[in-house]
Amino acid sequence: MAGKTLYDKLWDAHVVREDENGTALLYIDRQLVHEVTSPQAFEGLRLANRKPWRTNATLATADHNVPTTGLEHGITDPVAKLQVETLDKNCKEFDIVEFGMGDKRQGIVHVMGPEQGATLPGMTVVCGDSHTSTHGAFGALAHGIGTSEVEHVLATQCLIQKKSKNMLVEVKGDLNPGVTAKDVVLAIIGEIGTAGGTGYAIEFAGGAIRSLSVEGRMTVCNMAIEAGARSGMIAVDDKTIEYFKDRPFAPKGDLWDRAVEAWQDLHSDQDAKFDRVVSLDARTIQPQVTWGTSPEMVVAINDKVPDPSQESDPVKIEGMKAALAYMGLQANTPISEISVDKVFIGSCTNSRIEDLRAAAVVAKGRKVSSGIKQALVVPGSGLVKAQAEQEGLNKIFEDAGFEWREPGCSMCLAMNADRLEPQERCASTSNRNFEGRQGKDGRTHLVSPAMAAAAAIAGHFVNIDNL
Amino acid sequence: MKAFSTVEGIVTPMDRANVDTDAIIPKQFLKSIKRSGFGPNLFDEWRYLDLGEPDSDNSGRPLNRDFVLNQARYQGSNILLARDNFGCGSSREHAPWALEDYGFRVLIAPSFADIFFNNSFKNGLLPIVLAEDIVDQLFSEVESIEGYRLKIDLAKQIITKPNEEEIPFEVDAFRKHCLLKGLDDIGLTLEHISDIKNYESRRKADAPWLF
Repeated sequence: MAGKTLYDKLWDAHVVREDENGTALLYIDRQLVHEVTSPQAFEGLRLANRKPWRTNATLATADHNVPTTGLEHGITDPVAKLQVETLDKNCKEFDIVEFGMGDKRQGIVHVMGPEQGATLPGMTVVCGDSHTSTHGAFGALAHGIGTSEVEHVLATQCLIQKKSKNMLVEVKGDLNPGVTAKDVVLAIIGEIGTAGGTGYAIEFAGGAIRSLSVEGRMTVCNMAIEAGARSGMIAVDDKTIEYFKDRPFAPKGDLWDRAVEAWQDLHSDQDAKFDRVVSLDARTIQPQVTWGTSPEMVVAINDKVPDPSQESDPVKIEGMKAALAYMGLQANTPISEISVDKVFIGSCTNSRIEDLRAAAVVAKGRKVSSGIKQALVVPGSGLVKAQAEQEGLNKIFEDAGFEWREPGCSMCLAMNADRLEPQERCASTSNRNFEGRQGKDGRTHLVSPAMAAAAAIAGHFVNIDNL
Repeated sequence: MKAFSTVEGIVTPMDRANVDTDAIIPKQFLKSIKRSGFGPNLFDEWRYLDLGEPDSDNSGRPLNRDFVLNQARYQGSNILLARDNFGCGSSREHAPWALEDYGFRVLIAPSFADIFFNNSFKNGLLPIVLAEDIVDQLFSEVESIEGYRLKIDLAKQIITKPNEEEIPFEVDAFRKHCLLKGLDDIGLTLEHISDIKNYESRRKADAPWLF
């Protein structure tokens, strides 16, 4: 019998029951909850007179709607305010731990969870947010769910699931200097496409992936969903175990030792079978910039905007033309000649301490270009913010002309006041360049934190070596 | 959830690939704490010329007359014909809520994004995957014949064209059963309480740090 993939092992360890056509009840170890996708779920529980199955498996925070400035005034948007207050009320009523606004531990769910050790290797993790794939970075099975499923997990601690297929994405060799986790995952999406992972659970492997820090691995798994895969994952190694030691929710003492022993098995067996294998050579990956309205529309910084006339598939040609028109770009324009109006460093993809350090290295001793209307740095959590301030990163950013903000999702999806105006162009470390994502008619280019900081300094996209 | 049996109606063609959930229902409408009322803001940024807000009076807003939902021939439609990777992006269930609230009951495309696909079934929407060439053919027929209608019979898993030609489709047996009966997933799962409790006690012994 062939060995098991990491996904097979995680799946098998969580099957409560399975019927003859493969529909399974999968046990969920951790649910993260935020204000946007939970109110209707709690309301559903109330209407059916149901209680949460296990309150200590659930952890909540407010992130999508929270303002990142002027916190002393609270939330001024009454609709957003009601939603955040509804989360507070629901958590109180149903006895769920919440890190609310003003709590140092509040932050983006996908930053807060691992930071607290609330998501751990070997767990099944769900949240009403597609970027829940982030938590796969430490050998967990993690994916986004809809609000009906949020309610289902609250009520039963289980999900009704069918097993996905297995895909292995190997990035072999060593990364070039200046190439980050963000560039790796954008290059992968460029290779397999935004629907390439649909129906699969992706395991990321290979020397280049192993060389990434745990935070870098989170960036890679975070964007598995942009390749169409609900979950992405990476095998456990010493870096993973080291990362969780002494985190508040992580096991302690004898339990820690037992957990670490169990986590040693969280990798694919040598003879495991994958339904699809994709290989990339790390040496071919350069810093990436998206040019269109889908994350697969991506090229290297030294490239040009692609030309639809070079394509043959009519649906693809129409898509490229629509994207160029929306983005206000001409085919064959060198990427480094594209000027930007705003810069956003933040989001569940790139708002952890290492992301801020990487951006600060570029910003240090330099000034944001006079052509830039706004350059925001939004830490992923209150604790990331405190750590950055302790290291003096806020000072570096502010001296250079960046705004240093409070934690939240912010301009990644522009539910709060941080957004693009029509036709404004943004160098953004977030995960989606969809039409209207950062504001109606706003134009988003996805990049790494270092590339975003460099674009802020230069006023246009630039290869950091040329800054 | 509304039970689903047979749907018959006008087909709206949405001729672009990778239609994402931000396009289906823009983020400002996600601030609602309700699960209804999203229909007037379905495809808001494509459908209207101004910026919609949750408290906007949609009846007075300027319409983008070129957008397919605003064309007279597609009014009252309950079947949406789409391209590859429909519903990609976020897990927001507001996307199927908005489609359902607008009046759609069936979505047809060569492929759907996983989370959206799953969310649709929970809300009485039937997403049907058909081969690319069949979808191409449907697009050309819908666009050339005004008032083009399809009939979808879930129990028989058959789509019937105006010329009586039949297209069979696949659907997962469990999802089909739930849709036909309008069943509540949670109620079904709670029939297995003892399985869940048995799993928990086994797991507690093997991995106590998870509890």
